[in-house]
Amino acid sequence: MSNRATNILVPLVSVILGLLVGAIIMLVSGYNPVTGYTALWNGIFGDLYTIGETLRQITPYLLAGLAVAFAFRSGLFNIGVEGQLIVGWFAAAYVGVAVELPKIIHLPLAILAAAAAGALWGFVPGLLKAKFRVHEVIVTIMMNYIALHVTNALIKTVSDGGDRTEKIFTSASLRSEFFQNLTEFSRLHYGILLALIMVGVMWLILEKTTLGYELKAVGFNQNASEYAGMNVNKNIILAMVISGAFAGLAGAMEALGTFEYVSSKGGFTGIGFDGIAVALLGMNTPLGVVFGATLFGSLKYGALNMPNEAGIPLEIVEIVIAVIIFFVASGYIIRLLLLRAANKKKEAK
Amino acid sequence: MEYVVEMLNIRKEFGNFVANDNITLQLQKGEIHALLGENGAGKSTLMNVLFGLYQPEGGEIRVRGKKVDITNPNVANDLGIGMVHQHFMLVENFSVTENIILGSEPTKLGVTNKKDAADKVQALSEQYGLNVDPYAIIEDISVGMQQRVEILKTLYRGAEILIFDEPTASLTPQEIIELVQIMKRLIAEGKSIILITHKLKEIMDVSDRVTVIRKGQGIGTVVTAETNPNELASLMVGRQVEFKTEKVPASPKDEVLDIRDLVVLDYRGVAKVKNLNLNVRKGEIVGIAGIDGNGQSELIEAITGLRKVKSGTIFINEKDVTGLKPRKVTEAGVGHIPQDRHKHGLVLDFPIGHNIALQTYYTKPISKNGVIDYDKINEKAKQIIADFDVRTQGPHELARSLSGGNQQKAIIGREVDRDPDLLIAALPTRGLDVGAIEFIHSRLIEQRDNGKAVLLISFELDEVMNVSDRIAVIHDGEIVDIVTPETTTEQQLGLLMAGHKLDDNEKGKLKEGEDQHVE
Repeated sequence: MSNRATNILVPLVSVILGLLVGAIIMLVSGYNPVTGYTALWNGIFGDLYTIGETLRQITPYLLAGLAVAFAFRSGLFNIGVEGQLIVGWFAAAYVGVAVELPKIIHLPLAILAAAAAGALWGFVPGLLKAKFRVHEVIVTIMMNYIALHVTNALIKTVSDGGDRTEKIFTSASLRSEFFQNLTEFSRLHYGILLALIMVGVMWLILEKTTLGYELKAVGFNQNASEYAGMNVNKNIILAMVISGAFAGLAGAMEALGTFEYVSSKGGFTGIGFDGIAVALLGMNTPLGVVFGATLFGSLKYGALNMPNEAGIPLEIVEIVIAVIIFFVASGYIIRLLLLRAANKKKEAK
Repeated sequence: MEYVVEMLNIRKEFGNFVANDNITLQLQKGEIHALLGENGAGKSTLMNVLFGLYQPEGGEIRVRGKKVDITNPNVANDLGIGMVHQHFMLVENFSVTENIILGSEPTKLGVTNKKDAADKVQALSEQYGLNVDPYAIIEDISVGMQQRVEILKTLYRGAEILIFDEPTASLTPQEIIELVQIMKRLIAEGKSIILITHKLKEIMDVSDRVTVIRKGQGIGTVVTAETNPNELASLMVGRQVEFKTEKVPASPKDEVLDIRDLVVLDYRGVAKVKNLNLNVRKGEIVGIAGIDGNGQSELIEAITGLRKVKSGTIFINEKDVTGLKPRKVTEAGVGHIPQDRHKHGLVLDFPIGHNIALQTYYTKPISKNGVIDYDKINEKAKQIIADFDVRTQGPHELARSLSGGNQQKAIIGREVDRDPDLLIAALPTRGLDVGAIEFIHSRLIEQRDNGKAVLLISFELDEVMNVSDRIAVIHDGEIVDIVTPETTTEQQLGLLMAGHKLDDNEKGKLKEGEDQHVE
């Protein structure tokens, strides 16, 4: 089998297998898989409104995926994207409500605040790793909890004891009249463009700059990087800061686009953690992240329609979605099976 | 004649590349059969075919006269074929016995029965004189001992035919002597051995017959007793090989490297370099001779800025570089061929082109304002690949997939091409074949003849004697003597390396004794 054929066949077969197993799960639980999947389809592509909402859902996944992928490429495992996203969300919303400025200043300022907050949250584990060799996984997990509870406390402070801030000024909003008219008033906002630009930015950094060369070298082999005169510690910190900034931007999408406020949270948003899967599905390349985020965002948003339209309980829906993603992630196994089948055929001849 | 293994007209292809083309190897019972070839000639491929890791595209394999189809290593095991890999496949924090039984653990009522296994390992160890403690933990024992564990592993599984893949590559001279004895013992006990190597001396010492392959082609099989190293070398390389590197006498000029009272500590805080003084001048090669672990690594790391200096000073071209960062030292005119090419020399997951740019990626014209031009990198890489005869599919091939000799040539190309005033070459020919060694030695001498200073660190006496203009002998972190190769014998050098200071009287005596020894 030619390489290209396998490259197309593998994801296709994976998705079909995932759908099949998902169907079996629905059948066994006593629900009709056809109505279930129709509801999923309609929940993703049903009308212009749902398409807009699906795209809106993909946006933060794109940035969270980039954040994780960027760290991976530099040899670091950033589990802290969740926390960096939460502080980014708060920072953007705070700038959005605290001052009123001309849009040309206010919006970029709010976005930058989110990136800076995420970067700061990435800087701490980066610094600890560089200076004291503390493993970034431990620090970033803990930083997630700190982010969650610190922002909750700050929200209470800025909203005088309430559990959400005011709506941000329109001068800081990413909402787009153009997109709203196009998609029957979905919440699709300009953030998707920013996210796609960031896909390009990550590609540029990694593939076109001296910095990207150093980050990748340090990620692969710290000893050789040190031998070549690179500042390994600086690169570790920088990788975490840039990764954190991507994550902070994902938070800005929620603060300035989707919700236009920040409310205190009982638990994590999950977007940051899903970002790990998005990055891995995309094999840590910028373009791969686009595919991973699209799959994740579509399934996550479309699934919301399954309880409504097909009456399938949310728990079953989540299992089905997880199974589909599981099969896509196991593309390697599918590749192996296809290869073996091809070999058998060859031998039979 | 009875053959235990016959590989007849084996052909193995990888895509368009023919790794083995019509190679025949016949192993007699009870012989040590050497398989000789340059790095990348196809030796490992051929053995992987025999061991069931690769399936050949053509030819047939017979074991004890019967045609067999070795589809995977388990089949090879069942046929009594065992492989002692060059890179040991051992679990570091498991005991010897645990490693040996790994994969086929004997159980009693579902519980691993280590006691019986350990007894069996002990018995085998005694039978073959291996002297291995079945309960020792792998990470606590020496490299030579670990190799014997690998040998035991194959014996434990009932191997009759043992394949040794470059077994001496990581051993000390003493361990090599012991290994040779072990191999002879194995033969005496009725085993048969295939020895993969490119070291001619070993072949002459232990093997009965030699099969030579060159660039994937079978060249032929010769009886060791009827050949000599020169013939073997030219069979392997395909041309005459000069063992003694030709060079004109050195004409040293100004000092390039000047080390004064240098003290360097290791990670435990123990002094590994003690008040060391050394200088290297333009137009000369200074060899540092010494037994591994006498401060050589620490010395190089201190010069190149990879390790902190406790006290003392290092001058390069009269500039104090003590305590500078590696990049500053590099920019002061130092090239460094590192001791461990996989750890320090290469980013194995980078393409070879990226690796060739490892010291220059941030400089003009490759980089401008932080933007890197990969076309320029590849252009430069192509030039170095051509100049230094690096055999690769091109700058885009991953460094990992090059053979050791070609990886080393790429590193040397990278360092020499920058034309540094001081070139530090640490074990530059480790694990390489005669052709590559000859090439590298002539490159070092060329640097010298171009008026550059070269500091060579080597554990191989003949390399130090052959290439250096002056030899500084290091023992326990100190330079104990500086001698010239013309007026010193290997025996004297050996004594110095062991920390024995020679007075003039003794030098005379030694010369006499040595003369008798040489006939």
